[in-house]
Amino acid sequence: MRTTPFHERIAPLNRTYLWEHWAGFVTAVAYQHSVATEYFATRNSVAVFDTSPLFKYRIAGPDATAFLAGVFARDIRRCAIGEGHYTVWCNDEGYLLEDGVVLRLGEDEYLATSAEPNLRHFRSLANGHEVTVEDLSDAYGILAVQGPHSVEVIRRISPEAGSLPYFGVTRTSIANHQVVVSRTGFTADLGYEIWIETADALPVWDTLMDAGADYNLIPMGMRALGMARLDGGMLLINADFEPARHAWTDAQRETPDELGLAWMVNLADDRPFVGRRAIEAERANGTSRWKTVGFHVDAAAYEAIYNNDGLAAPKEGVYEETAHSLYDRDFNVDAGAQWVGYATSFGFSPILKRHIGLAKLPLDRCTPGLTAHLELVVNHRPKYVPVEVSKTPFWNPARKTNKEQA
Amino acid sequence: MSYDAIVIGGGHNGLVNAAYLAKAGRKTLVLERRHVVGGAAVTEELHPGFNFTTFSYAISLLRPDIVHDLDLVKHGMMVMPLTHHFAPMDNGDYLLLGPDDGENYHEIARHSAEDAEAYRDYGTLMDRVVHAVQPLLDEIPPNIVSTDPVELAAVARLGGHLRSLDPKVLHMLVRLLTGSAADILDEYFETEVLKGLMASSGIIGTKVGPYSQGSGLVLLYHVMGEIDGVFGEWGFHKGGNGGFTQAVARAAQALGAEIRTEASVSNVITRNGEAVGVALESGEELYADVVVSALDPRRTFLQFVDRRELPTDLVEGIESFKFQGTSAKVNFALDALPKYPALGDRTDQYQGFINIGPSMRYLERAFDDAKYGWYSSKPFIDGCIQSVLDPDMSPPGKHIMSCFVQYAPYHLEGSDWDTEKDNFGDTVQSVLEDHFPGFGDLILHREVVTPLDIERTIGLSEGNIFAGEFLTPQMFLFRPAPGWNQYRTPIKGYYQCGSGTHPGGCVMGAPGKLAARQILGDTAP
Repeated sequence: MRTTPFHERIAPLNRTYLWEHWAGFVTAVAYQHSVATEYFATRNSVAVFDTSPLFKYRIAGPDATAFLAGVFARDIRRCAIGEGHYTVWCNDEGYLLEDGVVLRLGEDEYLATSAEPNLRHFRSLANGHEVTVEDLSDAYGILAVQGPHSVEVIRRISPEAGSLPYFGVTRTSIANHQVVVSRTGFTADLGYEIWIETADALPVWDTLMDAGADYNLIPMGMRALGMARLDGGMLLINADFEPARHAWTDAQRETPDELGLAWMVNLADDRPFVGRRAIEAERANGTSRWKTVGFHVDAAAYEAIYNNDGLAAPKEGVYEETAHSLYDRDFNVDAGAQWVGYATSFGFSPILKRHIGLAKLPLDRCTPGLTAHLELVVNHRPKYVPVEVSKTPFWNPARKTNKEQA
Repeated sequence: MSYDAIVIGGGHNGLVNAAYLAKAGRKTLVLERRHVVGGAAVTEELHPGFNFTTFSYAISLLRPDIVHDLDLVKHGMMVMPLTHHFAPMDNGDYLLLGPDDGENYHEIARHSAEDAEAYRDYGTLMDRVVHAVQPLLDEIPPNIVSTDPVELAAVARLGGHLRSLDPKVLHMLVRLLTGSAADILDEYFETEVLKGLMASSGIIGTKVGPYSQGSGLVLLYHVMGEIDGVFGEWGFHKGGNGGFTQAVARAAQALGAEIRTEASVSNVITRNGEAVGVALESGEELYADVVVSALDPRRTFLQFVDRRELPTDLVEGIESFKFQGTSAKVNFALDALPKYPALGDRTDQYQGFINIGPSMRYLERAFDDAKYGWYSSKPFIDGCIQSVLDPDMSPPGKHIMSCFVQYAPYHLEGSDWDTEKDNFGDTVQSVLEDHFPGFGDLILHREVVTPLDIERTIGLSEGNIFAGEFLTPQMFLFRPAPGWNQYRTPIKGYYQCGSGTHPGGCVMGAPGKLAARQILGDTAP
């Protein structure tokens, strides 16, 4: 297996010895036994996550903007220089291929990340455009520095980056090494991501850790990241959706509207992009099959279900990326209850003190406040706990998006 | 000015009570004597940049339903688990328990393999006991002296609940409620440092030693809480317990309650045996249909109302209600983290509690001093370097350390706390120096909080942190007195909601919640 440019530093910090594989790289599941402690660093102090296994691309050339405007479903022309977009790209049938972050560094220059390889895909769409798509996956490592004190840590090592607005991006330097810093992340809190050239990885890591020591900067692993992103209602590939490229049937695939991402797909002007015609037809004909929404569990009912069986309700450590069925009513009470959808992510949020999740529900059941019943297996038997559709992000502190951080 | 309800005292229970009353639409006013609400759960910047949890310093027993009922998360509640228990030993070795059961097995097995195995058996049984008693924390206890059919039915339900328990669970529960922590721990374990660590939960805030009858109940209380379903685990609230009470205050205000600080109540105003309002020390009078005392039973019954309005039995009962505060705090602002030689540069041991009480014998000897009217020459210390979890507690790179210390009896024989305060601080500091060489050089500021300081500053009688000791005859059916354990008082319209009522202190919030339930039931329109 490959290791990231930071491995030499992170390996001795992984006191659990738990590693998993991510896109062919070794990545830490958790650095310490208490995942909650890593998670709370993103809510209370600051954590660093090695996100280097992401695929990284540079898209540049006089036609870069026009080219990307046709690739991404979100209109990249509205992304100013020094800004970034969370975006998605679709196939011709309007199904989601993938989501990712794209950063606009200059008039004609962009950086993009994705969970799966997209070099061939992007290049295949570049015909006729004066644009180059370069694979920087091995050239850079990326560190995500996340949490309320991330701004102080970033300011210590790069004053310029410390004044970035939400989704702002800049080239800067850390300890005399050229880096790109964006105010982005996958934790639903204030945070930054730093692109670091592979050769500079260790000195930049050391500088960052020195600067963060006074703010209790700790490394966080994949499990804490999963919990943090669920607080934000953020979709995870292969958990909350399947990328259309590798799906076999359209039944598996989903459109941006079905994934709750309608807000980013604006059809008001005539910008052509891959999947546009299909999305137009979907909206015109109302053919969306479901919507992906957030839900939270009724805390008292959840407790009662376990208590009635003589058990304590599991909370800390509950985090699943597996399917749980949703019914319109409690099947144990009413045998006529109907299956209405299913949860794709489900977990206990240590900060919100309740179980939350993401689910796919019929369009008429997606309004916040509507209820459904989530199936759990308790003591070998199915039980149905009431859940309520809620707005996402579940956790959305003002500091995440504040213009200027104090 | 007239209110539906006036709550005397802005401690956590007063605030919780007011929030529930306000949520039910009652026009509610909280009166707090100090400049800050929170009572014993306050965080104060006593040295520039250093935030001290002056008194109460951790959270576990807070009832989970209060969090949702009052929407506390929205108002800033954030509880982080304190995952480690670090027990230094006299020989320089240590016991360090963390969040991983397997790792804990091997750590205990360094001392005794049998203890390591027993630890899990003990833990399973204790968790089941906790699960069995938790429902009692969320119910108004029955009135044992009443012949009202409703109360008789409640007593029968309680009996039914106990009968429904696995006999093993019931028997352990009875041993805890009546026996000593040492009896139980000696049965399961042989390792002194492990027993010292676990027995320390049995003495907190109470004038008992680990070998005293009654330490079992105190032990049960301190493992009866949970952090997110992990029974017995404690947490640190962002900004200390003052951060928690500020969140409750914001929630109460958002629900419509009014809070007045620096408003000291002199007495409850009664007319024809009914409470109609309160008089402030300023002379101002405020009127309300309901007056709720969040203070301890001594103040509730013997200070704010004329005792001639109360039955003699009750007055005598409250007069003999035991407070005898026995705990102190010594809080430090530190220039850097202390070093424990055997752990080198490790710091994970500070992600929780530092327990200085290396054996039950150590704890019992510390108690012996208190028995004869003096503070321990080698005190038990429950320390926590809170800035390791929450960097906002201290300036960058510096640390704040809270030390709960026992025993420090309220009544000193032949001296007083004004005289002994600094000597006591030195005693605590020298014990820390013994385990953390160079500790004294790290100290930027020291704050000693004696039982007398507790009484003077926040009004808890004799400095008892639970507003009345956790002794079996003072709990549940009898807290604070038989027949008066349901938040009412003999004076119509006058209620009690402090930690001197069921289920007691430890930042549970249950007294405030249950009292509100009783008040709302009694005064339903």
